[in-house]
Amino acid sequence: MRLTINGQPVEVPAGSSVAAALAAAAIPARRSVLGEARGPLCAMGICFECRVTINGQPHQRSCQIQALAGMTIGVSPPPAAAEPRRPLSTVHCPLSTSLLVLGAGPAGLAAAARAAEAGAQVALIDDNPALGGQIWRGTTTDPHSEAARWAQRVQAAQVTVLCATRIVDAPAPGRLLAESPDGPLELGYQRLLLATGARERFLPFPGWTLPHVLGAGGLQALVKAGLPIEGKRVVVAGTGPLLLAVAAYLRQHGAQVVAVCDQASWSALLAFSARLPLDKIRQGLQLSASLRGVPLWRNAWPLSTRPGAVTISHRGRARELACDYLACGFHLVPNAELATLLGCATQDGCVVVNPSQETTVAGVYCAGEPTGVGGVELAVAEGEIAGLAMANQTPEPALLARRAYYRRFARRLDRLCQLRPALRALPQPDTLVCRCEDVTLGRLRAHDSWRAAKLHTRCGMGPCQGRVCGPAAEFLFGWQPDSLRPPIFPANIATLSGQE
Amino acid sequence: MGSQEPSAAAPRKRSAGLGPWGPQAGASTSGARAAGAQGPAPINDVIVVGAGIVGAACAAACARRGLRVLVLDGAGIGGGATAAGMGHLVVMDDSEAQFSLTRYSQQLWQQLEPELPPDVEYTPSGTIWVAADEEEMAEVRHKHAFYGARGVATEILDAASLARLEPNLRPGLAGGLLVPGDAVIYPPCAARFLLQRAAGAPGIEVRLGARVVAIGQGRVRLADGAEYAAGVVVNAAGAAAVVLSPGLPIRGRKGHLVITDRYPGWVRHQLVELGYLKSAHAHDADSVAFNVQPRATGQVLIGSSRQFHAADGAVDHAMLARMLRRAQEYMPSLAALSALRTWTGFRAATPDSLPLIGLSPDDPTVFLATGHEGLGITTSLGTGQLVADQIVGEQTAIPAQPYFPNRFNRSDGLPDAPHH
Repeated sequence: MRLTINGQPVEVPAGSSVAAALAAAAIPARRSVLGEARGPLCAMGICFECRVTINGQPHQRSCQIQALAGMTIGVSPPPAAAEPRRPLSTVHCPLSTSLLVLGAGPAGLAAAARAAEAGAQVALIDDNPALGGQIWRGTTTDPHSEAARWAQRVQAAQVTVLCATRIVDAPAPGRLLAESPDGPLELGYQRLLLATGARERFLPFPGWTLPHVLGAGGLQALVKAGLPIEGKRVVVAGTGPLLLAVAAYLRQHGAQVVAVCDQASWSALLAFSARLPLDKIRQGLQLSASLRGVPLWRNAWPLSTRPGAVTISHRGRARELACDYLACGFHLVPNAELATLLGCATQDGCVVVNPSQETTVAGVYCAGEPTGVGGVELAVAEGEIAGLAMANQTPEPALLARRAYYRRFARRLDRLCQLRPALRALPQPDTLVCRCEDVTLGRLRAHDSWRAAKLHTRCGMGPCQGRVCGPAAEFLFGWQPDSLRPPIFPANIATLSGQE
Repeated sequence: MGSQEPSAAAPRKRSAGLGPWGPQAGASTSGARAAGAQGPAPINDVIVVGAGIVGAACAAACARRGLRVLVLDGAGIGGGATAAGMGHLVVMDDSEAQFSLTRYSQQLWQQLEPELPPDVEYTPSGTIWVAADEEEMAEVRHKHAFYGARGVATEILDAASLARLEPNLRPGLAGGLLVPGDAVIYPPCAARFLLQRAAGAPGIEVRLGARVVAIGQGRVRLADGAEYAAGVVVNAAGAAAVVLSPGLPIRGRKGHLVITDRYPGWVRHQLVELGYLKSAHAHDADSVAFNVQPRATGQVLIGSSRQFHAADGAVDHAMLARMLRRAQEYMPSLAALSALRTWTGFRAATPDSLPLIGLSPDDPTVFLATGHEGLGITTSLGTGQLVADQIVGEQTAIPAQPYFPNRFNRSDGLPDAPHH
């Protein structure tokens, strides 16, 4: 398939996302404010590092858009052209539903299926181009997968599904504003489920903005979206069980995994492993088997990276490893922005829910990672319970027991993924913390709060709205995020303009 | 004028019953003490309440006259209306007094410009007052004559020139007035710069996170009970000034703004509809106006809305949508631009749209520097000079009387006399 990238014809594999096509051709997606070459980091629509001009429309997230033959792609920033751009349609297409589920990952799919099977009218919305969310990305087409079973149930129960649709605002109770490829969309609901998942936590260290550095989940997502990884040397680093899963996936797809480096200590790992659920032990053993021969380092974290290599601190020694990609994520951060905008209470960044998964706002439910990162099994259990509760059904006791079981696992996971203080010393004064606005650590240090830093350095003022640098600044400085305002994602002016 | 002040419009000496607050006089009469604290306390001539751009300008101007200044703010530097404002440095002509203060201030900004650090983003983009029809073109000619008679160069644009300068404006507009001397800055960094620049001998101290709950009789009390004393307390708390100086004729007038992603060159001048004068300023009712600004980053900043009686600072979706629709009536292709953030702020509005600058009618130790409504960024520098000149008893560069707070002494809250 042929695209035009920066005026040059480029052949890309059919079925790729635009971001994967660019990465495969080793073309940076954009130049940053200071002129650095950048490529995708999260590869799941959060970080906005991969935005490009597609067919004349600037600032498009290339990771969320399928490459189509004949597409014209330009690297951002857009040219200083002054000709009027094509206005988007300002026609709002109201969709009104009894139950609205946001997020088509494990929690959202399970909730939508259970609620619809109980007879409720359900609509399911997701920002990604296909069902599955992050952990089940690309697996709903594998008929033997759990993802496919839930996707089939959703389809059989006649759930209305809208993919590539992103919620940007909540203008009134019972109403949401979204953007879809066809333009702005207004959604009405009686009950709402937030199954908005989690994103990776990224921490700054020298070199982390280079295009060969991606999130751990980010690199996996990009490979699923068409980036060829065969024969590439990959170092997987950061913390959390995602690292092993990503390493195993990449190796299975032909990558040469150089090492997996987790900042957690052996003692933390042992404490975590003691009394682990049996299925989790089985998963762990399977992953270990598939990673046989790959060094699995504990007490190890990246110190710095340059194209072609990463320096890892391992047992107190700096060791340089050659690599083509550094896949690096420090566990997960709940996506709680929409919940916060709706007024739902949060605690330590997690949405507070009652036993029915209902938030502190009546009629608004939450399931999966936003209530506390706990993995796919907990997300499915919470989703099922939420779906039933929203459809006025009582969940089976076994389901409640399953949730309780995996919540205990989630608490242990949380302890395992505590970040060691040494990671605060990784960024140097000239290391960028805010990638949208290219703000260095040194400039942030002059301030004493997130708000002051934002106002005086532009940190967190770019299109990712602080989703990347906010959690990093929270870890580095203990800064709490300030108030949240609409839109919760960048939105076209037309979308925010309402109707006459 | 019903006050005891002379009505002459010429530059004048402050004569409000206080001796000049020179540094010696101030030092000898002022002091600060924390509640329950022992030992020597810092000596301040002036305490400025509010580290917004007006407070910063007042503090800087006082410090340059040799006064020892303490600046107190409950939050950070430039975190209130200063952070919410557009940062448009604009000469205005609603009244002679408004012109005088905005023109004076603009000249002060132009003098300061070579010293401004890059993060203040001083951009001499100029303003274009956009005329939609022939009626508004008459206003263009009127403004052109008004500014010209007062030494401000402007240029009348016909429809073709307007379209050439700003191709993203819709076709069919009548023309406009280009005011090339106007500029755009990033106000929070300007406030910080003013305070930093003034730092040094004899001294300016900025204390943040220090929420002031009461002022009067040369004293300031913080929420934590600490007290400070000074010869003069400057109330530069913006819309919150009325909390510290009860009875001030100030109301918070809420505004919304939207900023887009970067589209370098998409708009080049600050664009303001001339209907602005007819709609936004004149009435008590909620209003919106087309007001679009190019940021140094290539971002497009979109305003504006004006609302009295707003309950809180939350984004009002109906008002936001109305404001954006108005903007698109002038620039239809704004529709496809990506908006990153919206925010709101409260302008400190007075009944006659002029600020309150000068001695408080209720307390001879309190100076007011508030009520700048939508022009606080522009007029901050002029305000600082007027306040500092009056404190030390020097002649002001422009007549200070139109801004005296005692003009509202009448029980009906209206000015004593027409001010223009």
